[in-house]
Amino acid sequence: MSFEFAGKTYETDDDGYLVNLDDWSQDVASYIAEMEGVDMTEAHWEVVNFLRDYYQEYNIAPAIKILIKEMKKMFGPEKGNSAYLYDLYPAGPALQACKIAGLPKPTGCV
Amino acid sequence: MANTEATATETEEEKVLTDLEKVGEPRAPRKKPNEINAEELTGQIETPKVQRDVADHKPYLCKPKSMEKLGFPSELRSDWHDAAIAKMGDLLKKYKALQVYMDICVKCGSCTDKCHYFIGTQDGNNMPVARAELFRKVYRKYFTTEGKILGKLAGAERFDLDLLGEWYSYFHQCSQCRRCSVFCPYGIDTAEISMAAREIMDHIGVGQKYTNDIIVKVHEVGNNLGMNPKALAATLESTEEDLEEETGQKIRLPLDVEGADVLMVTPSADFFASPHVESLLGYAKVMHQAGINWTFSSTASEAGNFGIFIGNYGQMQKVASRVQKAIEELRPKRLVVGECGHAWRIAYSFWNTIIGPFGSLDPNYPRPQHICEFTLDLYNRGAIKFDKSANDDRVVTMHDSCNVARGARMGDQRGGQFTIPRELIKASCNRYVDMDQDTIMEKTFCCGGGGGLLTDDLLELRVQGALPRMQALHKVRETHGVNFMACICAIDKAQFTKVMPKYGIPLSVCGGVHQLVASAIELGAKE
Ligand code: SF4
Ligand code: SF4
Repeated sequence: MSFEFAGKTYETDDDGYLVNLDDWSQDVASYIAEMEGVDMTEAHWEVVNFLRDYYQEYNIAPAIKILIKEMKKMFGPEKGNSAYLYDLYPAGPALQACKIAGLPKPTGCV
Repeated sequence: MANTEATATETEEEKVLTDLEKVGEPRAPRKKPNEINAEELTGQIETPKVQRDVADHKPYLCKPKSMEKLGFPSELRSDWHDAAIAKMGDLLKKYKALQVYMDICVKCGSCTDKCHYFIGTQDGNNMPVARAELFRKVYRKYFTTEGKILGKLAGAERFDLDLLGEWYSYFHQCSQCRRCSVFCPYGIDTAEISMAAREIMDHIGVGQKYTNDIIVKVHEVGNNLGMNPKALAATLESTEEDLEEETGQKIRLPLDVEGADVLMVTPSADFFASPHVESLLGYAKVMHQAGINWTFSSTASEAGNFGIFIGNYGQMQKVASRVQKAIEELRPKRLVVGECGHAWRIAYSFWNTIIGPFGSLDPNYPRPQHICEFTLDLYNRGAIKFDKSANDDRVVTMHDSCNVARGARMGDQRGGQFTIPRELIKASCNRYVDMDQDTIMEKTFCCGGGGGLLTDDLLELRVQGALPRMQALHKVRETHGVNFMACICAIDKAQFTKVMPKYGIPLSVCGGVHQLVASAIELGAKE
């Protein structure tokens, strides 16, 4: 599968996750978010940027507990909790935010 | 821009499906998660009226790259028909049971309403006997005299693309749970038939994406999640911080400690997902309080083994060999397996043959040992103590996972796989009740996500397949106020947390046996 954006073709997996990490840009992320029905605000970017940084370092998205804990460290308890993250990404921070961040879909027994 | 659009429409109109795409293409479009609705719960498990081809669920096909990495043809072989029949011949020779299952079914019908996918989808092809019949038709055509001569009259059918499409659909609507075999007077095990079918399909270039991609990940990174050693170390460290914050004690989650007494092999989901991680905390507290020198291994950072789901013993052996390597690296005395259903089946029934014998391990303990037996033994010997009242906010029931219930045992008593986890649960909480007798222990219903079906492209099927378990759970919720269903399987936990909300049951109802242990265990100085 693939999608067209600004005259370029982007290759995705069957569920619409970018195949190439390097294809990602803020503009592409905004476009994927639009298709997901998510309106990107500063708060949304905070999560996406953290996910990308973590992925650069560890080659996998963080466990949800770690995401929450790190958000708490960086932005305080009102942002470091699961309800806040689900508000931002109703389809689930793990699945939806990873998709917008251009990371592969997390799979396994999860 | 206008040009690109024109080309896009043209290609769409002209789009001709390849043979492989035809096999993998579901007739009805897949539903989005929010469009999937669950049945109303009644608490009664009823046999549905048979409908034909209503479900037609098909998982995504495996991409050529992963197929090649597993040594399968990258795409549907041009000679797929002959290759499939030859492979079937091989399997019939190799697995005597498969040959017997082909010949002894008397169509008594006793298995028909025993499959959760039939109950949930009402699709006649999901009756175990009908599922097996998809295989038998081909068997008769090429391997029996009546079939060769009489063809359809003898229930024989040529293996063509349409039938292959049905195979792909219905052998991926079987979670290999073996419930049907319990009710069959001849013990015919449809799970074995669907494993053989998947093995034949992989062999001709038709693989399932979810399972095969995960096996590739295990070979390349070490576990189903794709968590490399560095990420694993960081995650365990972060979990240690959480434990310290919760308990005020330094409870360790050691990794790659050479010479540790106990090597713990657990599903990687335990490191990562919720509620799985709550059981991980339980394991750590038990080890800490009992003063056991233990370790995880970054080489064997996965207990699960999807090789069994595709019926491929070579892959199963290769995945399991990581455990053997970890034993060589770390030289533990004991080997303990965490909460994972099919992993325990493989550990209990296959490890000794495929990666054993475990001569270097202490023969005074089971090699390997299930974590429930391990913890219960410590409890019975007084090495750890529980405060049951810590779970007084819970009314607990237990979901037996298929592979533990029907594919393995635990401890040295018959039925230990049922009594040991229950004894452990009852030791750690005050209120426990079993679900309906027809839905537990040997007759347990699958969660609906086993056997390699735990993927979002089969979500609708997973919701439907969970129906009987949800009904039984609903009943004890109504009658006894159950609010916690304890599981010993990572797939159960992932599946239930995904499908329960569709049935109006809160996520917090599903958790692990060691999640209860984690709350109840008394930490601190021993008397
Ligand atoms: S093994 Fe389980 S899923 Fe497969 S046909 Fe039998 S009852 Fe159904
Ligand atoms: S119960 Fe056994 S013998 Fe009877 S129809 Fe089912 S598979 Fe055949």
